[in-house]
Amino acid sequence: MGLTITPEDVDPSGVGFRDPAGGGVPEGGEGYSSGAAWKMVLRVFIENKLAIVGLGLIVLMVLFCFVGPLIYRTQQIFNNPALANKPPGPGHLLGTNPVGYDVLGRLMLGGQTSLEIGFAAAIIAVMIGVLWGAAAGLAGGIVDAVMMRIVDALLAIPFLFLLIVLGAIFTTSILELIVVIGLVAWLVPARLVRGETLSLRVREYVQAVNVMGGGTRRILFRHIIPNTVGTIVVNATFQVADAILYVATLSYLGLGVPPPATNWGHQLANGLSYVYAGYWWLIYPAGIAIIITVVAFNFVGDALRDALEVRLQSR
Amino acid sequence: MIGYIIRRLLQSLVVVFGVTVITFILLHLLPGNPIRAILGTRASAQAVKQLTIEYGFNKPLIVQYFIWLGNLLHGNLGYSYKLNQTVTSLLAERIPKTLFLTGSAAILAIILAIPAGMWQAVRRNKPDDYVGTGLIFIFYSMPTFWLGLVLIIIFSETLGWFPSEAPQDQISVFSQLNGMVLPVATLTLVTLALFTRYMRSSMLEQSIQDYVRTARSKGVSNRAVLFKHVLRNALLPMVTLIGLSIPGILSGSLVTETVFNYPGMGLLFYQAAESDDFPTLLGVTLIVAIATVIGNLIADILYAVVDPRIRYVS
Repeated sequence: MGLTITPEDVDPSGVGFRDPAGGGVPEGGEGYSSGAAWKMVLRVFIENKLAIVGLGLIVLMVLFCFVGPLIYRTQQIFNNPALANKPPGPGHLLGTNPVGYDVLGRLMLGGQTSLEIGFAAAIIAVMIGVLWGAAAGLAGGIVDAVMMRIVDALLAIPFLFLLIVLGAIFTTSILELIVVIGLVAWLVPARLVRGETLSLRVREYVQAVNVMGGGTRRILFRHIIPNTVGTIVVNATFQVADAILYVATLSYLGLGVPPPATNWGHQLANGLSYVYAGYWWLIYPAGIAIIITVVAFNFVGDALRDALEVRLQSR
Repeated sequence: MIGYIIRRLLQSLVVVFGVTVITFILLHLLPGNPIRAILGTRASAQAVKQLTIEYGFNKPLIVQYFIWLGNLLHGNLGYSYKLNQTVTSLLAERIPKTLFLTGSAAILAIILAIPAGMWQAVRRNKPDDYVGTGLIFIFYSMPTFWLGLVLIIIFSETLGWFPSEAPQDQISVFSQLNGMVLPVATLTLVTLALFTRYMRSSMLEQSIQDYVRTARSKGVSNRAVLFKHVLRNALLPMVTLIGLSIPGILSGSLVTETVFNYPGMGLLFYQAAESDDFPTLLGVTLIVAIATVIGNLIADILYAVVDPRIRYVS
């Protein structure tokens, strides 16, 4: 495998690409059940400083968003025009926004939505992708061909464009936004898992299950899917990062979460009108929060991939 | 080789066919009735019925699809009732501008990414590589619109060097280059992050190959190994990158055009989404998808040309 960029080097805000060839799919997946292999993965992961930094940042960010509001109490329900657009200072560490909400408190609240959508969309995407990819790979033949051509055709439409079309069709609530992102983002995991399934289904132990009369469902859920866990986890990590960026971009474009819910992208979009007034505290905090979170997930994803590659190489 | 190209070409045609089916399905998922969109909500039942027959909306979906496909093949992408123009003429107006923006950014990004990636690979695991990698990760993780905004705040508002809005009319886009600096810079920076990462990995992958060790052990100087062997082979995968990054660059362009109000295809698409102008929305989607398929095709063929191993694999 070496150091080639694999399909997980994906595009966050739409800039970049997903390798449509699905190159660099780890070849197989035997031995995940053996403890020694996992220990090695863990060791390589821990040795990677960036991974630890990334993991630490994610934990901090989750604490900041979910525990932060318990410590730094702010009022986020009623507008207060008298407090509008105050610069950072005592009482309001990051100032207030145009309707008088405390920006730091708002950041925590928006972070909750951004993280929740990120995780939920990633889970949906990976679940659909795994089932679709494993089913296609296992079925083979014409079913596989048709299923994968559907993936190809959907992948041909750049994600952001597809998201915006879907966003225009569905009037978005948070739930719809999660589903829409999940419905667009499952394509890459589907391709990865299908690639792995193709190599797994010809393995002796899968053949053995077949001979012993184990059904397709048993092969799928007991043997194929557990063996693709490595690929799935790596991909899911990148999916969270991507989803957070998609939510931000969609919110900026006005297709995101409707008020009163807020997220980081939504806060940036609102701060936009005040760029010329010099209200920097409406622009920088939310942007930096997005960057920190996305960088952290990318660090962890990269390290996980490297760790799993080491395991594959040293078989 | 010819066989490989023909096979890839056929695959691409299948994908394009799939894209038209998806676009058609999306067209029919849309809320509201297209006839009402044309005639308004207060049109008489008689008028609605007449137009329904005229446009063939009473026919079975599959027949409608082939009528629509036939129109596509004649270059008829539909009619934007919101803008009172054919989608084809709208696209003809906008595509050159988007090509100008994305082309400049892609070329700049590749010119900068090759030396930057090389530098990082040579200085691997040294402080400057860490700084470089960190910066690239940051640009890579940055929402494009936010980067554009920050550039506007710094270079337009604070320093006053460049305008915050791109030139608007047909001629000034290509002549008032001052206004193009910030949009091109935004798109270049996000693209550069991806390209540099790719270049660095490609250099590192080559530098551990056996032929490099052979060259070294023969006493070839480091510089010669780097430029004559590693660089040349590391550039091979870069050939495909331009083709493969088309969807990414187009998405980046969509956001950049919105931030700087640059009248390209991306802004057209965004405004169509905002105003429920579905014919335009799907027309742009189709064009962008076809561009992506062509990009992949070119990347594959170029790669097969420069790397003979590819041809024999499948």
